[in-house]
Amino acid sequence: MEWVVEASELTKLYDGFKAVDSVSFRIAKGEIFGLLGPNGAGKTTTILMLLGLTEPTSGTARVYGYNSTTEPLQVKRVTGYLPENVGFYEELTAAENLFYIARLNGIKGEEAERKIEEALEVVGLSHVKDQATGTFSKGMRQRLGLASVLIKDPKLVILDEPTTGIDPEGTEQVLRLIMKMAHEMGVTVMVSSHLLYQMQRICDRVGIMFKGKMVAQGGIDEIGAQVLGEKQGVMKLTCENLEPSSIERLKNKDGVLDVSTSGMMVVVKFDESRKADLVRDAVSEGFIPIEVRGKEYSLEEIYMRYFQEG
Amino acid sequence: MGGAGAVFWKELTDYLGSKRFLIIFLIIVAVSLFSSYGATESLSPETTYPEYLFVTLLSSSGGGLPSFLFFISFFGPLIGIVLGFDAINSERSRGTLSLLLSQPIYRDAVINGKFLAGLATVAIMIASIIVMITGVSIGKLGVVPNGQEVARVVLFFLACVLYVAFWLSLAILFSLVFARSSTSALVSIAVWIFLSFFIYMVAGVIADEMVPLTQQSAIEEIAKHESIRSMIMRLSPSVLLEEISSAILNPSIRLFGIAMESQLKGLIVSPLSIGQSVMVVWPQFVALVALSIICFAVSYVAFMRQEIRSI
Repeated sequence: MEWVVEASELTKLYDGFKAVDSVSFRIAKGEIFGLLGPNGAGKTTTILMLLGLTEPTSGTARVYGYNSTTEPLQVKRVTGYLPENVGFYEELTAAENLFYIARLNGIKGEEAERKIEEALEVVGLSHVKDQATGTFSKGMRQRLGLASVLIKDPKLVILDEPTTGIDPEGTEQVLRLIMKMAHEMGVTVMVSSHLLYQMQRICDRVGIMFKGKMVAQGGIDEIGAQVLGEKQGVMKLTCENLEPSSIERLKNKDGVLDVSTSGMMVVVKFDESRKADLVRDAVSEGFIPIEVRGKEYSLEEIYMRYFQEG
Repeated sequence: MGGAGAVFWKELTDYLGSKRFLIIFLIIVAVSLFSSYGATESLSPETTYPEYLFVTLLSSSGGGLPSFLFFISFFGPLIGIVLGFDAINSERSRGTLSLLLSQPIYRDAVINGKFLAGLATVAIMIASIIVMITGVSIGKLGVVPNGQEVARVVLFFLACVLYVAFWLSLAILFSLVFARSSTSALVSIAVWIFLSFFIYMVAGVIADEMVPLTQQSAIEEIAKHESIRSMIMRLSPSVLLEEISSAILNPSIRLFGIAMESQLKGLIVSPLSIGQSVMVVWPQFVALVALSIICFAVSYVAFMRQEIRSI
């Protein structure tokens, strides 16, 4: 396995406060890794240490084998970073802003122009390339940020809260671009966010940070099992004449975790190992099953668990 | 150096195309032309011209207008402050600093590029004004500067650039320390007012405290008082510039402050050569360079050590 990012025991102290507390993780080539956690969990600090923009108090970070602290230039050459709330020079046009970034990366002349055209095409901003970025919406700025990352042909892209504060349509475009980068362009992507549903859609693996610590790590299913212990199932039932007493009886069955009703619909959450028995019981109580499925854990639930424990 | 080069060209283009540059440039061009016009007017056609006509024109006043030297020592800090006061904090508040620093450039490329671009802007500005004044003077008086005078004007130009460089690096330092550009602008202006205007009073008060003078004070006491006063005043770059320029632009100046009669004994009253004029103000020159370097070094270190987190 080729690891693109290897962080081991990263720790960062700010005036005695542990912003990041021995965080270790690895990211494989070509995957989308989500770094999740509430605001102030230490996600941005972790990213800054990976890029060599801030020095870890202890621990090491490596990107493509380069030590982020001692060889930051090599790391930044292969890594495209989109900071949270990225800004551009407002009086310059989109193309001029990108040209500056290209020059800072040592890309000049026709090559720069070609790459800028391509990048703007990919993010869908070709039609506004000669417009000053001061007039851009947040979503457009975020997409221009992705373009600025693309012109350097990165092997790894690190995005810090790329969808925070933009409208649903803009979010959709950004998420699609992230997936395009990973799946079509072969770029490894690390994305930090506190927006769980979005990350659940695009990430192959996630790491959950809470109060500076990496509390869980792995595929979403894996984490769900790790955190929630047993697997949950959900069934939706209906009944011709719904009686409170039969609902009461259903509630008391072994393995039922929660019963809620809305109109003629009864939603039962249960322990998945008892699925067959419970369906049989429900039918014998006169319920008609509409839908029975093993539930996928939402990050929201995983999250809430940590909040409660924390 | 690739990174610093890219930052330099970007900043230079920004500076030269910005409205703030245009405004201050036009103001300075206007007052400089007026002052040089006034200076040429003050020379009546009947009198013989002084030996070093050109250099005197830069430092002499006439027609109720202060000299060009006065304008530079007055507006020079403003140029530096206007160019530098938001160098770093505006990048931070716009969110471009982290974008910039995540590119494969050394961190000092940002501050070096910005400082050098500011310096180049200042040099272009002052050089074009001096050339313009020279042009006006040649046109009005019909005399051409000789080699000595050209060399003296070049030295004066260097002193002016150094002087503005100090204010530029001070403003950049404040733009690093203060998160808001309005704060850094105000603090820069406060320091400018203090060092350009109040330092004279402060120097006087401190000198009076240390060596109180009375009617009967001995000459040694007066000399000591005076040397304390001028030492304190020389902390101010504008005082340094005035001393440097007056020696360079006026070949008859051979010392500053009070002179003992014994020192003047056997003096041959003739203009100093350019080398000797430089010797007279060499300490001031070094002090001005040192002030700029210290200021830039402090901002350099502060910038390199600043935690990115605070962006």
